[in-house]
Amino acid sequence: MSALELDDIQHFLVTRTPALAARYEFLRFPDANSGRAWLSTMLEKAGTAKSVGEQRADSRWVTLAFTWNGLRALGVDERALATFPEEFREGMAARAGVLGLTGGNAPERWVGDLTSPDLHAIAILFAKDVAERERCREEHEHFVGQCGVEVISSLDLEAIPPLEYAHEHFGYRDRLSQPAIAGTGDEPTPGSGPPIQPGEFFLGYRDETGEVPALPQPEILTRNGSYLAYFRMQEHVGRFRDFLREHGDTPEEQELVAAKLMGRWRSGAPLVLAPHADDPALGADLERNNAFDYGKMDPHGYACPVGAHVRRMNPRDTADNMQRRKMVRRGGTYGPHLPEGASEDGKERGIASFLGCASLARQFEFAMNVWANDPRFSGLENERDPIIGTHDGSYDMTFPKRPIRKKLTGLPAFTTVRGGAYFFMPGLQALRFLAAGASSAHAASA
Amino acid sequence: MAQADWSKPAALALPKEGYFQQEKGRYGPTFPRTPACHGFTVMVKVKPGREQAVREYGKTVEAAVKGSPDVLAPLKLHYLKWVLFDVGSGLHFMYQGIFDTDFDKYVEDAIMLFNATGIQSVFTNLEGWPEDWKTNVPAVAKFFHDHHRPSFLEYGEYPYTSAEEIKKALKLKQSFSDVLDQMQ
Repeated sequence: MSALELDDIQHFLVTRTPALAARYEFLRFPDANSGRAWLSTMLEKAGTAKSVGEQRADSRWVTLAFTWNGLRALGVDERALATFPEEFREGMAARAGVLGLTGGNAPERWVGDLTSPDLHAIAILFAKDVAERERCREEHEHFVGQCGVEVISSLDLEAIPPLEYAHEHFGYRDRLSQPAIAGTGDEPTPGSGPPIQPGEFFLGYRDETGEVPALPQPEILTRNGSYLAYFRMQEHVGRFRDFLREHGDTPEEQELVAAKLMGRWRSGAPLVLAPHADDPALGADLERNNAFDYGKMDPHGYACPVGAHVRRMNPRDTADNMQRRKMVRRGGTYGPHLPEGASEDGKERGIASFLGCASLARQFEFAMNVWANDPRFSGLENERDPIIGTHDGSYDMTFPKRPIRKKLTGLPAFTTVRGGAYFFMPGLQALRFLAAGASSAHAASA
Repeated sequence: MAQADWSKPAALALPKEGYFQQEKGRYGPTFPRTPACHGFTVMVKVKPGREQAVREYGKTVEAAVKGSPDVLAPLKLHYLKWVLFDVGSGLHFMYQGIFDTDFDKYVEDAIMLFNATGIQSVFTNLEGWPEDWKTNVPAVAKFFHDHHRPSFLEYGEYPYTSAEEIKKALKLKQSFSDVLDQMQ
């Protein structure tokens, strides 16, 4: 079993960069030559896990990934394409039923043409600030024009104030739980469980079964690669704040409702450790804010409801096989900040994230199918994830409480999925292989 | 779905496919919840000369559950039944389970359990079991789907009741009984 090839793996899932702005460009290759020309230059800009870790002065970070149709457009042959997993071949939109993306979240309502078979690739640009993002955008625009590659759609992202800590539009502190991948040198924060075998995130390595799963073909294309599930989710901030006001008479009561929906106070402090009042110092302390479980410390959900978002997305000791479910999340906020007290302005704002993993079906689709959208998850009766579940006003949210639980009925949709896609993010050697015409595919898959 | 009335026994006749409308799960079609909850009935031919190995497997599971009573908890089970039979076309194995969730949702947890408990040893005696079962989830799911024979009728005396609800009710009964003991 070899060590992680950090000089070949793209940095995206290994290194968190200090970016305050980003741009996602969704691309179409009108023909293989244009795609290869674009890729030949772009691959030099894609940082590896090793190089990004070393070069602290970087001001922008580029990641490249492809849809199944994109691999075909670059010349990967049909026999090789058929060896990729079914869910990746079908794409996210075709899997919407599995993911629970129905009603307002259905692909028919998505924006940006992401359901098109012409979506071939994504260029993910993270930048240290908006000025650098804009500089890179212009450079890429010029370059894309030269190569004849088409930009289907794009999305600009920016951190929202206050910039001192990562948070999303509802105001919850973000980036609190990230898996530590064995072999990267990352140590898990207290309470996060042991490091996870690299095969759970990168193809070609031992996973939590102790085995190295078979690779899709050709191996030169897939070794050191990962799958990315892209998700653009609008956050209805006005509706969320109205809901808090409807269910809490005082600011303190409203904060508690917000905390019960999430399972953490907006400061990040977990309800299990701070059940009655917020503790911002705890929320900001990575050495402490994951140091809890549910099974022993809060089995009935009196502190953190069983249906709360973070308890559903990471049930810790109350679910099985957790080491095989975790994903690395990357992304950020888009759209304008809506200051507290301002009325809803109707503008779209939300988060646009990538979930990185080695199996979209076992990791991402499981999380969506079971944790987010199964109404009977963990003994519940009629609930979905209150933040990211698909809602039509017919589901509830229960706050266990002595002597009698509190049940909120007819939960509204605080979020709407506006787009999504499945990508494969190859290693650097694989990018060079694709840029060179994927020519050894025939030999490798013969 | 509205909460069903557990006090009214119910029966449900199913179409040949086992579902009314095909719903896609992660690894294949999913089957509906019936008055008898979810479940499957898997029938597979046993490899020649493996009957004794399959029978001995009964002891493996008995010991695993005795050693760790919660060992099968991830499968959200009510009951499991294992049967060997031969109706003239060779020895067959039947594995019938009553669950609280569709098989598709927890297939990886089942594979993890097979690995941890030695349950996989029975499947390796069956024809068609994928050799790379440990890492190839879709192949294992396909094996179960291919050999599943859907019910055409299911009945529940206390329909749509989960094992968790039944255990909660029994715990409540036990707690009341303890309270009454303390009142003597």
